[in-house]
Amino acid sequence: MPKQIILAAHFPGVNNTTVWSDPDSGSQIDFSSFVHLARTAERGTFDFLFLAEGLRLREQRGRIHDLDVVGRPDTLTVLAALAAVTTHLGLAGTLNTTFREPYELARQLASLDHLSGGRAAWNVVTTSDAFTGENFRRGGYLDRALRYERAAEFVRTARRLWESWPAEAIAGDRDGGRYVTEAAPGAFAHHGDQFDIAGHFTVPRSPQVHPVILQAGDSPDGREFAASSADAIFSRHGTLEDGQEFYRDVKSRLARYGRQPDDLKIIPGVTFVLGDTDAEAQERAHHIRRQQVSPQTAILLLEQLWNRDLSGYDPDGPLPTEDPDVSGDAISRGRAGMYADPVDTARQWRALAEEKGLGIRDLIIEVTGRQSFVGTPQQVAERMNHFVQSDAADGFILVPHLTPGGLDDFVDRVVPLLQERGVFRTEYAGTTLRDHLGLRAARPVSQVGAA
Amino acid sequence: MTEKSLHLAVALDGLGWHPSAWRLSHADATAPLTARYWNTLAGEAEHAALDLLTIEDTLDLQSSRPDGPDDRVDEVRGRLDAVQIAARLAPLTRHIGLIPTTSTTHTEPFHVSTAIATLDHISAGRAGWRPRVSARRAEAGHLGRRDIPALDLARLDEPAAVQVVGDLFAEAGDAVEVVRRLWDSWQDDAVIRDVPTGRFVDRERLHYVDFTGRWFSVRGPSIVPRSPQGQPVVAALAHSSVPYAFAARHADIVFVTPTDPGHAAAIVAEVRAAEETVGRADAPLRVIADLVVLLDETSTLARHRRTRLDELHGNEFTSDATIVTGTPGELADLLAEWRRAGVDGFRLRPAVLPDDLTAVTRALVPALRDRGLFRAGYPGGTLRDLLGLPRPASRYAAASTT
Repeated sequence: MPKQIILAAHFPGVNNTTVWSDPDSGSQIDFSSFVHLARTAERGTFDFLFLAEGLRLREQRGRIHDLDVVGRPDTLTVLAALAAVTTHLGLAGTLNTTFREPYELARQLASLDHLSGGRAAWNVVTTSDAFTGENFRRGGYLDRALRYERAAEFVRTARRLWESWPAEAIAGDRDGGRYVTEAAPGAFAHHGDQFDIAGHFTVPRSPQVHPVILQAGDSPDGREFAASSADAIFSRHGTLEDGQEFYRDVKSRLARYGRQPDDLKIIPGVTFVLGDTDAEAQERAHHIRRQQVSPQTAILLLEQLWNRDLSGYDPDGPLPTEDPDVSGDAISRGRAGMYADPVDTARQWRALAEEKGLGIRDLIIEVTGRQSFVGTPQQVAERMNHFVQSDAADGFILVPHLTPGGLDDFVDRVVPLLQERGVFRTEYAGTTLRDHLGLRAARPVSQVGAA
Repeated sequence: MTEKSLHLAVALDGLGWHPSAWRLSHADATAPLTARYWNTLAGEAEHAALDLLTIEDTLDLQSSRPDGPDDRVDEVRGRLDAVQIAARLAPLTRHIGLIPTTSTTHTEPFHVSTAIATLDHISAGRAGWRPRVSARRAEAGHLGRRDIPALDLARLDEPAAVQVVGDLFAEAGDAVEVVRRLWDSWQDDAVIRDVPTGRFVDRERLHYVDFTGRWFSVRGPSIVPRSPQGQPVVAALAHSSVPYAFAARHADIVFVTPTDPGHAAAIVAEVRAAEETVGRADAPLRVIADLVVLLDETSTLARHRRTRLDELHGNEFTSDATIVTGTPGELADLLAEWRRAGVDGFRLRPAVLPDDLTAVTRALVPALRDRGLFRAGYPGGTLRDLLGLPRPASRYAAASTT
């Protein structure tokens, strides 16, 4: 049997991938938009829906960024509500560990797991961002070097809490008068560098015991954290060869944690554009890229690399000749995924612009706007399947550019082709997200993450 | 009729408020861990057109001791997060208000603000919030960020205890202030989607809240656009003067625990005096009296059930709220009398769930309607509408237009 593809749907985010100016673009806030996307994904027998998280509105040049979608509802609250309008779809959310405590988040996720019948998943992220911290009483500062230390200890502690109730803790013995089999269940103690807590957890063991753990980010520390602690990596899409190298590297890290290659799924986030013909798809893709990168957005994206005020530049004119400012405070705040070597990246951009004769906007479209899969449904199904069968990924998190209908065509036109090829389910076989993903039952915390 | 209708709420907790409720409940022992159970309760309450339901929560395990776990195995232990339950209920209900409880001592105000605002969006304007002070060391030990001094409930009058309680409520006040500012931090018309200028929001209509207090500071604005009610309903449970003042400053509803009509009148007077003292500018607090209810077809049957529950538990059940054991008709008469004492409505805590809730919805509510005390259905609108509370303009909108 060929490898089975994992498919997830990303609710369109607060960045310029999401096109809000299109007449078909709906509300980013109304619950009906979330219901539409979730039900579309479930109709397509997707593995899960994915929601990102916002904790501070983004700013550029000291002002709230107003060109992209701004604002979104609270992740956990939307996921619990979506559990009411779906039956099988996994419900995944990004939840930051810097501004939360393990006890609270573990009980929220365990509650979601109960209320959804075992469909909860958590994308573990950590920030050292004092800017975001200004919204929290805990304050923002976490040393950058401690980010993964905190994440790993947070997850370990959460797992301990999720396991703190024995499997059969609730006897419910009315005649014998025993509600619980032992007094004060849920006892735990964790004494670590990041957290020093002890007491009793309030949530009895949930259907998955451990909600599914996702990890995003592909630094060496991030890969190691994923290898030790995560069930899936939300990686970036690249070429087939880059994907294969990443795949080999991450899977090879599993053995030292006593894990099998199948225990960690690699699912890059991808975009897609469909058309009746290849030419039509390419034309639509070009149109979407121009919607995503307006002249103003082009300047703002350029400023994020240059870290300078470039508001005086002509979006159709040439790139700045001076180098990026790498010494000053970041001009853009509240946004992840900045550039590792801005000066070098700027040189590459200049070279590309000269070679192809591109102005700023066209250059930005060229370097930031490429969709992952563009073509007819047949072509897209074929390429996606090839990517998975060639071990460049285990599946994909699809990022539509329109809310809420951006996934409709994919489910109607591509999913059936994947199903015909026997590489994607036609109906849900299990009930929990772990079932869908083919993950084994959660291992006890004592066996997780020890190198 | 709607004008004069009393407000009727139900307080949901586990399998009921009597510690032996699970022994006689018609629901499974593990039902409170399932969405189906909560949906059934909410559906029942909504069928009878109750104003709202509340969901209890704490950050520690239930216990018969004032602080820390006990050694009893014969009571319900374990519960789910209240906000998660409320969110799970929102899409499957249409009219009833949903009021979960969170801690003002431990939970980040920013998270609470966005969660309740989101609940308001999802429920089309039916969200509320019950801020609760966490005075127990067990809760503090679970979060590990601070120590709470031990409180001897028998000596709350001593200066050290007065100081601790005063600080906890002052901090709770700061938390509610921050949450409310964040709810206002987006003006209603902040999202403009102006294609010609490429602007999704008008950032002049987004506001930093810049709260700085003794315990924390929060910058803002919220990440969630202003919700249908603008300000979801804030409800506080209060037993004495410090929480009455807290409610008068920060809440829309206050749940109180009178023992008889005279006491109810005295509490209402004290609440009104507290409103005066703090200079409350908003609509007067809705004063809602809490009652534990144990109902049956005859008073004898009700008493027998009460006796049976107490026997199963091994001692007599006591509560901060008055316990009413009787028929729905008797309870309806009692509510009418207390209503005349000045309370605006009642929050009923069913001794056994779902049994005593069903008695409320199927027998008490018709009895109240017969007496002309309760609406026949929902008039439509938000929870604030149902409670007769106006929808406030954003404080920042007012400031920026003057």
